[in-house]
Amino acid sequence: MKIMGDFGGLGIFFVVTLIFPITALIPAFLLQPRHPTKQKGIPYECGVDTIGKTYVQYRIGYFLYALIFLVFDIETVFLYPWAVRFGALGLFALLEMFLFLGILGLGLWYAWKKGALSWK
Amino acid sequence: MMDIFSLSAVDILNWSVHIGLTHFLLLAALLFSIGLYGLLTRRGIIPTLMCVELMLNAANINLVAFNHYRPVTDFSGQLMAVFSIAVAASEVAIGIALAFRIYRERGSVNIDELNHMKG
Amino acid sequence: MNELLKLVHGVVNWGMDTAESMNAGVLIDASVFYALMWVSVLAALGVVLCRNVVHSALLLTASFIGVGCLYIYMDSPFIGAVQFLVYGGAVAILIVMALMLTRRDDMAHSNLSRSLFCQAGAAVISGAFFLCISVASLMTQFREMSAELGDSVTGLADMMLTKYILPFEVAAVLLLIAMIGALVIAKGAHES
Repeated sequence: MKIMGDFGGLGIFFVVTLIFPITALIPAFLLQPRHPTKQKGIPYECGVDTIGKTYVQYRIGYFLYALIFLVFDIETVFLYPWAVRFGALGLFALLEMFLFLGILGLGLWYAWKKGALSWK
Repeated sequence: MMDIFSLSAVDILNWSVHIGLTHFLLLAALLFSIGLYGLLTRRGIIPTLMCVELMLNAANINLVAFNHYRPVTDFSGQLMAVFSIAVAASEVAIGIALAFRIYRERGSVNIDELNHMKG
Repeated sequence: MNELLKLVHGVVNWGMDTAESMNAGVLIDASVFYALMWVSVLAALGVVLCRNVVHSALLLTASFIGVGCLYIYMDSPFIGAVQFLVYGGAVAILIVMALMLTRRDDMAHSNLSRSLFCQAGAAVISGAFFLCISVASLMTQFREMSAELGDSVTGLADMMLTKYILPFEVAAVLLLIAMIGALVIAKGAHES
């Protein structure tokens, strides 16, 4: 039927890729010896013990990069259909797309000017 | 759908196997209600944003399902879904920036403590 | 007892009939739908009920991916790809980033709920909402028809760059404003 059309093969692939690791992991889970100690539970089994909380606060720079990534991710979404139909749509669409890119480029320019892209 | 009480078990089974528009509408309603429940019960800003994203997702499912199962001639539903995704992403960017700012100024991301507008 | 027997008989008959008419495709279709549905619904429930906010964020991504697979199921592979790219990628990263930016003392109880009374009220409201919508959509007789629309990416490009050109440019302006606004809000906190 419908689902066995375009993406049926992909679905079967996913099912098989699920079955393979599970069949490999189940005997390992059943056969493994278990001797848990507190030492084994810490994030790094060898090395220095962690002091204090392991959830630390990150700097704002990470968020600014993620923000700019999000905006240009959506730009890609709008760019892709245009790129597929580039030949048929012609000059007008090209100009429109340059306007679109220009508006978003303005944002990138602003971020650059404000120092959001400099890694301090 | 016809008279609900006159349906037999076989009819219901047949209905539940032939996936149509109604199934997607029910799924979207379920996801929206889950998001609504979270929106009303969560206290942090970021979990609240997550629930809003869930509700927007439910709306997008409706758009795409109507586009696919109704006799339409173009892709307007899918196009609306694309725009809706763009709006949702801008919303989450602004929301998280606001959450971060509030956290820095007040030291808390708990909505109940933010009951005055004075900066 | 008699009723029960009749019901079992009907179900068995239905199974035989379906198998006989070689309608396995319908059954595969339905099982794919229900599998994806449970993935997205259970993940969404996890988002709402988890005590640890990091688990909520990861389950939210799982729910997004389930919904994206449902888009592909509905012959809308482009929207599915957009869902994976924007929600499963960028939005998920942004939310996890937000959790990393705002430190909490105790991560295991970071996702607080309101009082039990409030939870019951919220459950009643959202349950009533679900009931209303589901009754409405079950009662409505939709004229269903999967029209052959051709390639969705081509169709979307034609619509986006001719008829819907203004919303397209407004989307760019919206993204610009969101980006600048978020930068101003977040950078302001950085300097103070």
